[in-house]
Amino acid sequence: MSAVVSIRGLTRRFTLKGILNGIDLDIQEGEFVALLGRSGSGKSTLLRALADLDHEAEGEGEYSVPDRISVVFQDARLLPWKPVLDNVVLGLRGPDARERGRRALAEVELAGREEAWPHELSGGEQQRVALARSLVREPQLLLADEPFGALDALTRIRMHALLRRLRVSHDPAVLLVTHDVAEAIELADRIVILEDGRIHRDITVNLPAEGEARRERFAELEEELLALFGVRSDTGVGHGERERAQG
Amino acid sequence: MNSLTAIDANAGSALTAPPPAVTARPETPRRAIPSSAGSGRRLGLEKASRFGWALGPFLLVLYWSVLSYTGFLDPRTLPAPWVAVDTAVDLVRTGRLQDNLAISAWRAFQGLLLGSGVGLVLALLSGLSLLGGYVIDGVVQLKRGVPVLALIPFMILWFGIGEVMKVSVIAVTVFVPIYVHTHNALRAIDIKQVELAETLGLTHLEFIRHVVLPGALPGLLLGLRFGVTASWLALVVVEQLNASSGIGYMVTLARNYAQTDVMLVGLIVYALLGLGSDALVRLVQGRALRWRRTLAA
Ligand SMILES: Nc1ncnc2c1ncn2[C@@H]1O[C@H](COP(=O)(O)OP(=O)(O)OP(=O)(O)O)[C@@H](O)[C@H]1O
Ligand SMILES: [Mg+2]
Repeated sequence: MSAVVSIRGLTRRFTLKGILNGIDLDIQEGEFVALLGRSGSGKSTLLRALADLDHEAEGEGEYSVPDRISVVFQDARLLPWKPVLDNVVLGLRGPDARERGRRALAEVELAGREEAWPHELSGGEQQRVALARSLVREPQLLLADEPFGALDALTRIRMHALLRRLRVSHDPAVLLVTHDVAEAIELADRIVILEDGRIHRDITVNLPAEGEARRERFAELEEELLALFGVRSDTGVGHGERERAQG
Repeated sequence: MNSLTAIDANAGSALTAPPPAVTARPETPRRAIPSSAGSGRRLGLEKASRFGWALGPFLLVLYWSVLSYTGFLDPRTLPAPWVAVDTAVDLVRTGRLQDNLAISAWRAFQGLLLGSGVGLVLALLSGLSLLGGYVIDGVVQLKRGVPVLALIPFMILWFGIGEVMKVSVIAVTVFVPIYVHTHNALRAIDIKQVELAETLGLTHLEFIRHVVLPGALPGLLLGLRFGVTASWLALVVVEQLNASSGIGYMVTLARNYAQTDVMLVGLIVYALLGLGSDALVRLVQGRALRWRRTLAA
């Protein structure tokens, strides 16, 4: 395995206020990393730096990222004037672009909705289109900034299963920003925690595939992470975790 | 499936919000809600009737007919509706109406086309480049302040008194609303969509074609509606001031001979033209903006 993402001493500041104060982080090929941190800790700032979207920020440091990067935002960000399939293949080159787009839509279980307008889809469906749009480009790195944050809990669980399947078939490295501790444990190989502009903790998940062992490891990790956050509700961590962590 | 059940077991934590109440307790008072699909919404507008717009004009004509019939309205002030119809039939029979109408419509159309083209190009130049904005926008704002009437003497000086001058006057009037509304729409394009275009690796041309132009289309079409109206207004002005053909000329001539009925027919023709062309633009609007969900849609 080799690192597809390698970040060294990355700093970013807005109007003199340092947000990232020297980030060092490697992500291996095909590795799934979840990025946790309090609100305002700079998770989006880091993601936007990697996606080269942070034109208004100042900063130093080095990072290398692969050529093919896809970004999934919290909102699906579909162009409302384009039918679903056209959104998926937007900017995609090659004669078979539409065919690939169709296949990507089928993968996210939206076959048959190719010609629908984005506003005719539910929030979860729109986010699935956004996933299809990202994956049809066969990215080496998928950057996702709270992609399921706006979805209800049940839809989110379904999206987790979908994302795990897609990960197997496409095998990109993933950097997922999330507020949801359980989501991070559920999906990631590694969880990194951003605090005071630095990577504060780097935890390998090692979740057994199933059974009692899995439940135990899950609970253990969850407790550890919540303790790290001091389980303050403004971290976006819900009451469910708090009760279980304490109980 | 195993992993899914594992989530269910462990990640009730994902359920940060309490689950929605599925069962209503019988003792809670409940409201019966009629469930006929497609019934009107509570706020906003009901579903529009196709010919709803005709109600106002119809009432106006009715009112006018009553006044004329009962003699309250002096025919020298305003002839009765049926007189206008008679005169129109006469004018059509002799060919005067349709000949002049064709000439006027052609002028307006040329002016509209030219003006829209210029307005769109200027809006793109000034909306998409900083320098373009600096150069163009101020000049257009200056032009907005100058009424057409004040411009016509110069236009005559530059273009003579022929068709070129007339079409130019119309174009100069039309381009302003097209420019203003398109420019506004361009500047209002969501930065999120720009970011999306960047992450998808769109080229500059693809960005303009897939993001900028469709995003500005509602503005352009709104500008076009104003532009169409403006084109008829400008047409009236040029034709009544300086022409030897066209509806405006017909009306001017009629005024010299105190033919109120012909003047009235001219007026009605203008109104119908305005209405018809606006309906046409609205039709285009409806087709081109099918993707939008608005209150009126
Ligand atoms: N364009 C900007 N201009 C000025 N300050 C900014 C800008 N973008 C972000 N910031 C600041 O940088 C800090 C980090 O923001 P960032 O969006 O990265 O946080 P985050 O960790 O993603 O938070 P959340 O979990 O709430 O999304 C915040 O204090 C924010 O106010
Ligand atoms: Mg954020």
